[in-house]
Amino acid sequence: MEDHGSPALRRLLEVMPEAVEETHAYLGDATAIVDRARVADVLGFLRDDPDLEFDMLSDVTAVDHLPRTPRFEVVYHLYSIPKNRRVRIKARVPEQTPELASAVPLYASANWMEREVWDLYGIRFDGHPDLRRLLLYDEFEGHPLRKDYPKERRQPLTGPRN
Amino acid sequence: MALPVIPGFDDDVERDLHTERQILNMGPSHPATHGTVKFLIELDGENIVNLDIQVGYLHRGFEKECEAGTWYQAIPYTDRLNYNSAILANVGYCMAVEKLLGIETPERCQWIRVLASELSRIADHLTRCGAACLELQAMTPFLYGIEARELAWDHLEILCGARVTSNYIRIGGVKHDMPPDFPASCRAFIAKTRELLKDFDDVVTSNRIFVDRLVGTGVISREDCIRYAVTGPILRSTGEPLDLRKQQPYLVYDEIDFDVPVGEVGDNYDRYLVCVEEMHQSLRIVEQCLAKLEKLGPGPVNVMDPRVLWPAKGRVFNRMEELIQQFKSVTEGPRVPEGEGYLAIESANGELGFYLVSDGSAVPLKVRCRPPSLINLAPMPGMLKGALLADLIPTFDFINMIGGECDR
Repeated sequence: MEDHGSPALRRLLEVMPEAVEETHAYLGDATAIVDRARVADVLGFLRDDPDLEFDMLSDVTAVDHLPRTPRFEVVYHLYSIPKNRRVRIKARVPEQTPELASAVPLYASANWMEREVWDLYGIRFDGHPDLRRLLLYDEFEGHPLRKDYPKERRQPLTGPRN
Repeated sequence: MALPVIPGFDDDVERDLHTERQILNMGPSHPATHGTVKFLIELDGENIVNLDIQVGYLHRGFEKECEAGTWYQAIPYTDRLNYNSAILANVGYCMAVEKLLGIETPERCQWIRVLASELSRIADHLTRCGAACLELQAMTPFLYGIEARELAWDHLEILCGARVTSNYIRIGGVKHDMPPDFPASCRAFIAKTRELLKDFDDVVTSNRIFVDRLVGTGVISREDCIRYAVTGPILRSTGEPLDLRKQQPYLVYDEIDFDVPVGEVGDNYDRYLVCVEEMHQSLRIVEQCLAKLEKLGPGPVNVMDPRVLWPAKGRVFNRMEELIQQFKSVTEGPRVPEGEGYLAIESANGELGFYLVSDGSAVPLKVRCRPPSLINLAPMPGMLKGALLADLIPTFDFINMIGGECDR
């Protein structure tokens, strides 16, 4: 695997090559696809390594690649203020067990963004302190950003909760 | 005769008064918060013990709608993310699509985009500061702020044809060039806005009540900002000079002379000062843009790329090939090469990112908007722990959560 001139990918391949499944730098965005079970390790390493210092988890989101398998990809965008660099970490998540480790112990910003991913994609984050829906309401049925959720689908009316 | 015994009544006056915590529901529609959001506040007397913020009341399925239309059809939705600065979301989205298409826009277009972005940023900051005054019961500065914002929106209207939902930026360019009398009128706007900002400053900045309500309230540390990925004026108010216009310059920001104001302690007052100074800097940028645009002279504002540029109307009406191209452009739009890209710009609230994934078709596979409003709101419970209930209002004002962008 190549590091595409990115210091983040180079260090990642040096220290934990077994966790990295694929790398690319399409359009200049350094990207590593990592083993789903090692996501927390990879994020922790990127945050704590003195050469990298990715101190900010800018964004967490997911992509539904139906009908491809594994179906989902969870995408993390990291930014390093001291080094002024970005890197993208992705993990492939299968439809049958849509789960992976939460990044909340590492980055507080992951809290709401992982809630949003759970809400809209139905991907669970193990170890999340408060995995409730974020944008939708508790009675909502299904996860609307999944590709098999029809856009016109109606939801049952809900009354006020007691 | 013995007094009647009332069950549950304890007449021991020596005992401590019984206290309990109160749960207060504030919102989703409350006159002192602009934006639809619900606070579930646990109060001990007047102090906030716990705060749960429930967002999502304005969720309209932005991503789902974008994934159902062409790449062009998402642009009007981006207008409706942040009603204060629609242009900034337009610019962010169009630049992200251009990144995927590998398009470089003409120089004149880039300067016009910067000009429109900064007018938007001024309008956004004016709303934030003006509305904060209004919610602290100061009507006069609110009107100064709103007068200046109306002037900014008037100029956006001259430029784009619409005050709020501008829909001005196009993939590979802008809708049309600025009108010839725009620079003169815009210079008058700059002078008038400086006057209004002076009036605003006179009434507010050293006003005793305003200072008392803002100094030392809603404090957040630089480290907490970074842990929560908070960007924009909130992060800069803690002293961290992160501004993507400087750090990772896009468009022509590297050719423009402007400063990034920072605060010291990260309280509401610092945020206010940062926002006011950013408006002055934006006015400087607008001046430079006008001068540069006049120097550049007339030129193309759209990239000459048949994938995204629509043919001229006269040719569409008279020639077959252009008619076909127009038809294909409208019904299908550009086919974006398979791949993914993330592009972030500095919006008025912080890092506004667009992460786009294309499967090679004319319909986006994924349009993710990284909303600064949502991410900046997440640390609010920590900022208010132990604070007075009344501090919630200015803190929420200066976080400047815009429901449309937060809930998408």
